[in-house]
Amino acid sequence: MINLAGRDIAQHFGRFLFTGVGLGLLIGATLTMAGVYRGMVADGRAVIAASGADLWVVQKDTLGPWAEPSSLRDDLQRTLAVLPGVAEVANAAYLTMQVPVHGREVRVMLAGVEPGGLGEPSQLVAGRPLLRSHYEAVADRATGLRVGDTVRIRRHDYAVVGLTQRATSSSGDPMLFIPLKDAQEVQFLKDNDSLLAERARTQANPALNRPGVPGLLDAVLAGQSASRSVNTVLVRVAPGHTVAEVQAAIGRWKHLTAWSREDMEEILVARLIATSARQIGMFLAILAVVSAAIVAFIIYTMTLNKQREIAVLKLIGARDRSIAALVLQQALALGLIGFAVGEGAATLWAPFFPKTVLLTAGDAARGLLATLGVCTLASSLAIRAALRVDPAEAIGG
Amino acid sequence: MSAPASLPGDDVAIRLSGLTKTYGRGSTAVPALRGVDMTVRRGEVIGLVGPSGSGKSTLLKCLGAVIEPTDGRIELAGETIFDGARGGWRIADLRALRRDRIGFIFQAPYLIPFLDVVDNVALLPMLAGVPDAQARSRARELIAALDVGHRSGVRVSQLSGGEQQRVAIARSLINRPPVILADEPTAPLDSTRALAVMRILGEMAQRYGAAIVVVTHDEKIIPTFRRLYRIRDGRTEEEAGEGRPLDADPAPAAIG
Repeated sequence: MINLAGRDIAQHFGRFLFTGVGLGLLIGATLTMAGVYRGMVADGRAVIAASGADLWVVQKDTLGPWAEPSSLRDDLQRTLAVLPGVAEVANAAYLTMQVPVHGREVRVMLAGVEPGGLGEPSQLVAGRPLLRSHYEAVADRATGLRVGDTVRIRRHDYAVVGLTQRATSSSGDPMLFIPLKDAQEVQFLKDNDSLLAERARTQANPALNRPGVPGLLDAVLAGQSASRSVNTVLVRVAPGHTVAEVQAAIGRWKHLTAWSREDMEEILVARLIATSARQIGMFLAILAVVSAAIVAFIIYTMTLNKQREIAVLKLIGARDRSIAALVLQQALALGLIGFAVGEGAATLWAPFFPKTVLLTAGDAARGLLATLGVCTLASSLAIRAALRVDPAEAIGG
Repeated sequence: MSAPASLPGDDVAIRLSGLTKTYGRGSTAVPALRGVDMTVRRGEVIGLVGPSGSGKSTLLKCLGAVIEPTDGRIELAGETIFDGARGGWRIADLRALRRDRIGFIFQAPYLIPFLDVVDNVALLPMLAGVPDAQARSRARELIAALDVGHRSGVRVSQLSGGEQQRVAIARSLINRPPVILADEPTAPLDSTRALAVMRILGEMAQRYGAAIVVVTHDEKIIPTFRRLYRIRDGRTEEEAGEGRPLDADPAPAAIG
């Protein structure tokens, strides 16, 4: 039996393709929105995985270091290092800021890490890791920095010695790793005017500037300008111990909270980007409804344009299922063309998005099924219209 | 035109008895057919003529099992397909009836534009379940008989109006139906082509033994009928036509 839908498509292939491309761009937008959500989740997971830690120890009752501010004394790590089951600890500081890159401002997440310790980027795509304690940086490629560049952060210049790829914060900002001591200074550094005003205020305080106590004022001033705070202490659990066991041990210290990798994923993915995910979900739903409406409209119009042919087919004895198959197959073919165009378009334009757009095979498969489902649903209106065509329309009078 | 001598006079393909059709009900009822009687034998081409609104198309639709008559009786090739006194249609599958036992030719060819010539003709047997190769073989045979064999592989949109009409005639004949209903088949054609179409219909009626009812108000072809029915206000009157011979008319190729 002749495939009527296939013949019709072949006859009007140009028009069909053009319609499919239009629909495909809409499907591409839908797939991209799903990719944006996947990208946010992947970025959240990437920053967790990149640190190499099993536990994040933060200020008690905070969701730090990325979701909420957390401040810990940097000598805490020495205490944590001797706990049973702890293999390695490292201080880390994180802050988001703007840095100038080749004449433009780039928003980055600055990560202060101890060279050679936990929290360092695990894989570099160029250059070397941080070796010195000051004024070196490893940047993510997305910052636009290259090995050998100099980047100015606050009052100091940092030499870019290495590059990473896909090291981003959960917000999608590329990461810039610098030595911890520099990050502490950047995070808590006051400007010169503030420092001078603070010193003058301290000198004027008779309690802190006692004539009979030499060295007191210097000690107070040194304490005011030094920064001993970090955002988190990263902990790696020793073989033979479980994360839960070490997490419970740290939790018993009343002034600390320890988050496991799963906890951090829950915080970053389920809580931090939950609102964005709902936002995207709503947008996806609207796009799906719009796509369905457009497919329904196109198929309905195409069917109405074939009303005479359908009347003739019915008059000469074509079964309802043959007529329905003609409409349904065309709707599905349109969906397939649209999906292929949409998938191609999304793949082409995804790299140009400022933040990660992750197009997964699973989403593509779900997208294809949804497209075919929507096309089937959308064709029902046209099928009803086709089945209502009166064969008498083929005869005049 | 006349019934072929080889066919017996009682070989009736169409018999209508007291056929009525009323559109609407009560005060809005409009009678379109008021007791039509008609008999057409196999191999015969008869004319059904009348002014617009006289009931020609309604009669054709009733005959073609497209609309249901209000009352009366329709017999096709000796079988009663409609009997108002016994509840209406006597055939359950009207589509199969139309597909297998009635051929249609329309004012415009109404071919399926996305199929080529052969498949337009072969579609009917294919719909009836005939294997594709067999259906196409039968279609090619008919297309050749109608002098459009050289155009068999092209899309129908590339044919001239006359060629399309010949393909439509081939389509109406492909299932060897005992009855062919032609609705103004010559309306868009000039005299030469119109008469050529009539000659083809006459030849096909004789060759395949089909009864052909031609609805027309085309004055060019009315004199060609040996027998015709005039319809006025839903009633028919049988008339002897002039039966003007078509031998002198152009060959079928002239309608291309």
